[in-house]
Amino acid sequence: MSVLVLLEGADGHVKKSSFETAYYGSQVAAQLGTTAIGLVIGEINPADLPVMGRYGLKKVFYNNDSQLKDFVPGAYVSVTAKAAELTGATVIILPNSNTAAAIGSRLAVRLNASLASNVIALPEVTDTTFKVKQTVFSGKAFADVLLTNDRKIIAVKKNAVEVVEQEGAAEVEALMVDLENTDLIGKPKETIKATGKLPVAEADIVVSGGRGLRGPENWHLLENLADALGAATACSKPVADAGWRPHHEHVGQTGITISPNLYIAAGISGAIQHLAGVNSSKVIVVINKDPEAPFFKAADYGIVGDLFDVLPKLTEAAKALSQ
Amino acid sequence: MKILVCISNVPDTTTKIAFTSDNKALNTAGVQFVINPYDEYALTRALELKEANAGTLTVLHVGEADAEPTIRKALAIGADDAIRINAKPTDGFFVAQQIAHHAKSADYDLILMGKESVDYNGFQVHGMVAELLGITAITPAIKLEVTGHAANLEREIEGGKEVITAELPLIVSCQQPMCEPRIPNMRGIMTARTKPLQILEPVSADVKTQYESFSLPEKKVGVKMIDAANAEELIRLLRNEAKVI
Repeated sequence: MSVLVLLEGADGHVKKSSFETAYYGSQVAAQLGTTAIGLVIGEINPADLPVMGRYGLKKVFYNNDSQLKDFVPGAYVSVTAKAAELTGATVIILPNSNTAAAIGSRLAVRLNASLASNVIALPEVTDTTFKVKQTVFSGKAFADVLLTNDRKIIAVKKNAVEVVEQEGAAEVEALMVDLENTDLIGKPKETIKATGKLPVAEADIVVSGGRGLRGPENWHLLENLADALGAATACSKPVADAGWRPHHEHVGQTGITISPNLYIAAGISGAIQHLAGVNSSKVIVVINKDPEAPFFKAADYGIVGDLFDVLPKLTEAAKALSQ
Repeated sequence: MKILVCISNVPDTTTKIAFTSDNKALNTAGVQFVINPYDEYALTRALELKEANAGTLTVLHVGEADAEPTIRKALAIGADDAIRINAKPTDGFFVAQQIAHHAKSADYDLILMGKESVDYNGFQVHGMVAELLGITAITPAIKLEVTGHAANLEREIEGGKEVITAELPLIVSCQQPMCEPRIPNMRGIMTARTKPLQILEPVSADVKTQYESFSLPEKKVGVKMIDAANAEELIRLLRNEAKVI
């Protein structure tokens, strides 16, 4: 018995968001009286792997097959299934990303496991039951769900646990798998990524803009504040629909749902669909010139004012803080 | 080309969610149900591909009779025929088994669906159907083009996209900006009434999860307002009071 944690890499390193997934896995392992073991697929700097001990992993398997540098759906499922078999994993923890979730759903069938997505806290475990809390209705509500099979797969959202680093290094072991040709269908020809930009879903702080910014030419106001805070930028649906910003920055019910520590919304009125995507944020700040904007009801801090004045002031104050 | 589009029947995105008094189910009083918005991308893109390549387009829904207006709407938008598998969709795996059981013998070139439903947000069914049928799923796709037997796709990843070419058959889950969803026109609505809707009984299937209860997020205690003239104060509060920067 063990808990297997799928770690994600980007640009040759284990993603910071996977540290949290690892720690979550170690806490589930503690609940079950077993150990947590990691798996990373792709070309990852080997020096990153023992460090995963700090997040509670006893061991990390790595697969650096050169064919699997990018995500290949079938192959990643086969490698993860092999790792689950080797480790006798009864619980498999994944980050709640597009890629890991695509692995999770196929793996659940292959391993005959119960699958829970969008999980926001550690499970409640008794001798006979295993219960998780997940967001449903696109972030408008929560559900407590019993996972009734012996084997469970859990896709965990950001901020589901507060990470406490510890001493220790993880043991590292190669895990190579002979792949079938069918495993390689869907291998990307090319991966296009905005370089040097923090993806919205992974950011601790998100600064987001709506139609109140009046046009893409004003986005530097948000970007300056984001830079000063070390934040990612996001946008509302009308902004993505108008093509001011790329769709992968759209947060809301039909975009990405996020749960950062701090969400700052400027010029977004707060339609119910937008709130659904962000209301798991720990702290919400709303800046709007309309004091009646519904978003203020869901906010922790608010400023009624012209964002063209307010954003530069906040940027200066944030810069002063980091100096 | 033979295309299957799987659709869910979900509360409209403007719905204020509430539960029954025992918190065991959605309170559907006054709730308007619609085609899952992500499934609309799948349906519209399927129509565009059918128009460009010739073929058939079937929609499939796993659910009870109250979903029939949603199925008729899909027919009005342009699907040729529909199948309803008459069962309460209890979890993603149950639904996936129903879809796979039907698709196994039907020889579809493409099976399209939304990346997730806006009610349970599982992001599960496409991958499960893929595994059950032994077909690759590309998920979530933001672009899908078909030339002969090859599909050119783009898949959204955190902060970017992948460019993929793969042979049919494929399962593709869809999201914006794949296409501009269509609304039914009057002629579509008229013809939808007479298009075939076949009702099939479910196959027995494993259920691996059980929804025990639902709850709503706690209301915020109240917003602390800061004067715009003194906006810098916000940064100080975020550092010293909220401790998030």
